[in-house]
Amino acid sequence: MCVGFPGKIVDIDGDGDFGVVDIGGTRRQVVLMLIDEELNLGDYVLVHAGFAIHKIDEDLAKEKLDMLGELVGSEIH
Amino acid sequence: MRYIDEYRDRSIVEGLVSIINHKAGKLNGDISIMEVCGTHTNAIGRFGIRGMLPSNIRLISGPGCPVCVTSIHDIDISLYLARQNGVIFTTFGDMLRVPGTGGISLQQLRAEGADVRIVTSPMDCIAISLANPAKKVVFMGIGFETTSPTVAALILRAEKQGVQNLSVLSVHKLIPPAMKALMDDPKLNIDGFICPGHVSTIIGARAYDFIAESSRAAVVTGFEPVDVLEGILMIVDQVLHSGYKVEIQYARAVKDKGNLKAKETLSKVFAPADAEWRGLGMMRSSGLVIRHDYGMFDAARVFDIPDIRSEEFEGCICGDILRGYSTPKECPLFKKVCTPQSPVGPCMVSSEGTCAAYYRYY
Repeated sequence: MCVGFPGKIVDIDGDGDFGVVDIGGTRRQVVLMLIDEELNLGDYVLVHAGFAIHKIDEDLAKEKLDMLGELVGSEIH
Repeated sequence: MRYIDEYRDRSIVEGLVSIINHKAGKLNGDISIMEVCGTHTNAIGRFGIRGMLPSNIRLISGPGCPVCVTSIHDIDISLYLARQNGVIFTTFGDMLRVPGTGGISLQQLRAEGADVRIVTSPMDCIAISLANPAKKVVFMGIGFETTSPTVAALILRAEKQGVQNLSVLSVHKLIPPAMKALMDDPKLNIDGFICPGHVSTIIGARAYDFIAESSRAAVVTGFEPVDVLEGILMIVDQVLHSGYKVEIQYARAVKDKGNLKAKETLSKVFAPADAEWRGLGMMRSSGLVIRHDYGMFDAARVFDIPDIRSEEFEGCICGDILRGYSTPKECPLFKKVCTPQSPVGPCMVSSEGTCAAYYRYY
C-alpha cells in the first residue's frame, strides 16, 4: 500500500498546489502540497496516493548507479 | 533516467548476488533479516530474490501491510459506518474485500446497496463531498506514515474549502513502534531490518536510530531488485563487522530527516495514540487520532459508534504471519480454503499481504 511511482512533472498550476505528472506515458493529476522544495517542469517526483511526496535527487541516483557499476565490476568475488 | 529500468540491470543484479554469496560465507552461522514493508515482501517474491540468496540468509516478512494489521474491530466499525443511511463510504481499493466479523466485507455491503466508493487519492473525497451536499462522506484513513500525511492534507484542504460533510475514520498506524516490538521479541531474534522505503521518505532514516543502538542492522531500502540486493548486502556487511548503524540505500528517495513539510502536516492534524494491531496486539502510541481542533472531520466524533463485538476467524494464522512467527505455508487454510479469489484473512486479501505474495510467487 505504500507503493510509490516516479513521475515527471509536466504541468504545475498557478498557486503550485496541484500539478500533472507523466508516469510511464500516463498523465495524472498530483497534489504538490507536501513538497517543500522548489519544483520545476521536468523534475521527477515520487507519487503516492495522488500526492507527490518527494523530489527525486537525480544526481544522487546517478552517483549510486555509477558506484554500483564499479562495485560489481571491481570486487573480487 | 526513468528510475526503474536502471535498477533492474542484469549485470548489477548478478554482481550483487555474487558478492552477497561470497560475504555470507564469512558469516558466523545464519542471520535473519526482516523486511517490514509489504511492498518489499511483494518485490522480493516478484523478482525471485529469496532464490538468489545463500541458505544462511533468512528473510522474514513483517507486518507492513496496513490492510493486514487493521484490527477486525476497526473493520467492523467501517462496516457499521458504511451501512448508515445517507453515508457515502470511501476508501482505497484494497479495503473492499477485507472480511469483518461473520465474513461480511465492504464489497458485500455495496452489492446490497450501500454507497461504497473506491478512491485512488484521499483528495478525491473533496469533489465527492462537494458533489453530494446532502450526504455524509466518510473516508477510511488507513496506511502508515507514507499515506497519513496525504490524509492530513485532505483534512486541511477540506477546512480551507469549507467542506461540511466529510469525515475521516482514522485507523492509521506508525511503523517504528511495531519495529521496536519485533526487535525486542526473543522468538524472532532479528539481526537486521530492511527498513521501509516510502515510510522513510516521510519520517527519515533517523527514526530508526533505536535499532542501531540495540546492535541490529537497519538499512532503508528501495523496491527494485538492485535496491533490495544492495540493501541486503549492506546488512550483511554490518553484521560481519558488528558495525551497526542506520544506512540509506534508497538515497534517491530518502533523507536523514525525511520530508519536513509532510511531517508538519501530519502532526498538525493527527496525534499519536495507542492502537490495536492484528497480530501484534495493543501497542502504545502506535496509531494516529485526529486532533481536537479538527474534530468536525473525525468520524469517531461525528458518528455515534456503538460498542461492537468483534470475532476473529477460526483457523486463520494471519496474526502469527504478521509477527514473522510463521509463513503462509504453515497455515492449514493456505491455498485450500483461503485463496485471493476467496480470502479468509486479510493477509490474503491485500495484494501486498504476505499470504497473497506467497500465493503468487512460491
